[in-house]
Amino acid sequence: MRLESRDSRPLALVILYPVISLFLAGLFCGFLVMLSGASPLSVFGLIAKGAAGSQFALFETLTRATPLIFTGLAAAVAFRAKLWNIGGEAQLYAGAVMTAVLGTGLLPLPSAVLIPLLIVMAMLAGALVLSVPTFLKTRFGVDEVVTTLLLNFIMILFVSMLLEGVLKDPSGMGWPQSKKVISEAVLPRLIEGKRLHFGFVIAVAAAFAVWVIDRKSALGYEMRAVGFNPKAANFAGIPVNRVLAKTALLSGGLAALAGFSEVAGLKGNLTLDLSPGFGYTGIVVAMLALLHPLGVVAAAIFVAAVFVGADAMSRSAGVPSYIAQVMVAASLLSMVTAVMLTRYRLRWR
Amino acid sequence: MEAVEIIFTASLWAAAIRIASPLIFATLGELICERAGVLNLGIEGIMTVGAFSGWLTVYVGGDLWLGVAVAAATGALFGLLHAILVVPLGLSQHVTGIGITLLATSLSYYTYRLVLPEVTSPPKIEPFQSWSVPFLSDIPVIGEALFRQTPLTYLAFACVALVAWFLYRTPMGLAVRTVGENPMAVEAQGIDVNRIRIGAVMAGSALMGVGGSFLTLSAFNSFFFEMINGRGWICIALVVFGSWRPGKALLGAVLFGAFDAYQLRLQQLAGGVVPYQLFLMLPFIMSIIALIVMSRRAAYPRALMVPYRKGER
Repeated sequence: MRLESRDSRPLALVILYPVISLFLAGLFCGFLVMLSGASPLSVFGLIAKGAAGSQFALFETLTRATPLIFTGLAAAVAFRAKLWNIGGEAQLYAGAVMTAVLGTGLLPLPSAVLIPLLIVMAMLAGALVLSVPTFLKTRFGVDEVVTTLLLNFIMILFVSMLLEGVLKDPSGMGWPQSKKVISEAVLPRLIEGKRLHFGFVIAVAAAFAVWVIDRKSALGYEMRAVGFNPKAANFAGIPVNRVLAKTALLSGGLAALAGFSEVAGLKGNLTLDLSPGFGYTGIVVAMLALLHPLGVVAAAIFVAAVFVGADAMSRSAGVPSYIAQVMVAASLLSMVTAVMLTRYRLRWR
Repeated sequence: MEAVEIIFTASLWAAAIRIASPLIFATLGELICERAGVLNLGIEGIMTVGAFSGWLTVYVGGDLWLGVAVAAATGALFGLLHAILVVPLGLSQHVTGIGITLLATSLSYYTYRLVLPEVTSPPKIEPFQSWSVPFLSDIPVIGEALFRQTPLTYLAFACVALVAWFLYRTPMGLAVRTVGENPMAVEAQGIDVNRIRIGAVMAGSALMGVGGSFLTLSAFNSFFFEMINGRGWICIALVVFGSWRPGKALLGAVLFGAFDAYQLRLQQLAGGVVPYQLFLMLPFIMSIIALIVMSRRAAYPRALMVPYRKGER
């Protein structure tokens, strides 16, 4: 068996293969659902209904998609430059910590000043966290995959330490949680009485901003050049290390916004279970979007729908909600395979 | 003073070996994969599925050794999936590896909930008991540290010797090493590069599965969510630290185990004055520092992460 590069990529294939791949991933999950004794069709129906079957469900899906857009953008930006940032989780918590430190009464400012300030500071915190592995990569040649992964564990322990120490809410009944952010720091709800908040708007705006940077700015061009071939980029006079450093600032900052928006928009305070793996899921989101910034928004909504729908389904049909994670992981693997097959042709001989 | 005395106690070193055992298996596994030119970031998930499938086998009435075998087999199965995707199909090893970890982990959790829908405290099994080697276990300090372990620990040490012998003393081992350095040279010998790589990734992943099963069948007696807790990623650091050599990897794993056992004891000594999270961070920080120190001398297999396509330069 060998691969042969395709001369052209017909649009039909580019659309058809990913659709087939997602269908196969669904088929695999349907088989798993059958193992539980439930009927796959009714389970998928319940997932769809739980994700988009009512106004409430739709808003829940968009709320869940918000942090995933940020972490998905963070992964997409970094992966474009072949900076393997697997540390979205750590950067997310860095942004959340910054929001909890500055937003819980330390800075008594009006909303119009405080919220932009929190955004900038959260982004700085996340950027700083990713800058360490990036510096180690460019200066010492230390593989950033392992260091960003290890930093996730260090960060969550650091947050745990803060929540049992300086950031602990004295009136929190002993729970490891921070104080609530002051009302000036709370992101407004988009619709009265719904959980969907202004963070979603910021997330979509961030996607457009990243798209503009990617398409229209010199930095976007340099990032793609470095990702495509660092040696060639270097020959062309692109300062590879500086481009990687800038990529890290952008990527880390974006992931941190997920933490900011979850604290200031949804939860109100910092807890240890703020993120059920949004950082890791962001990688899946970015790959499903083929690293396209606007595609990230769609992919994040899709992944969020699977999670929200599976939660609702699990409550009524009794199939473990972990099926959502299986579905997302299977979609990732089948999707990258499908994309590869649009570029190469398989030859069996 | 007490903090220094701990270092010379046999119990510290016994604990060090115990903590190192799963890491030895998994580090050897990753080492074989990387020697053949394939980065396997599926390690964290493959350890999880090994821990789970080994435990499940024993829980439903299987023998402990059957549990180990099942863990190896499921590990190899996920290794095969990773290998098919990254070797003949040449997909990104980073992305595929993360995907394998997500898939293996979520499948383990899904199946766990399927088998035990309502359980809140994980059911226990009867794990491997420690087995004292006759005579050797009576040697002061060393005997207690080394020769009063469970059979799986002895197997881990045996695997180090076995893998070293295989890599450096057999034609197949030479082929594995060359495939990771210069696949074209292997092709010129008439050996199928992809077949060697797939085999190496499967064998390595089987070892990762066994490493995971050590946690459920020897170190603890049940399966918890998130029980691998970054051990897989630490093993990737240990491979670099060990310069892709089985013996040095063993040394790294034992040093790491000693360090981890030491911080656990220091934690008790510190008695709540220093936040315990700082101690728990140390192993991860140590791994990063080890990577920085070794980075100057790191001699990555030259074809690591480079897909091989016949006839392409």
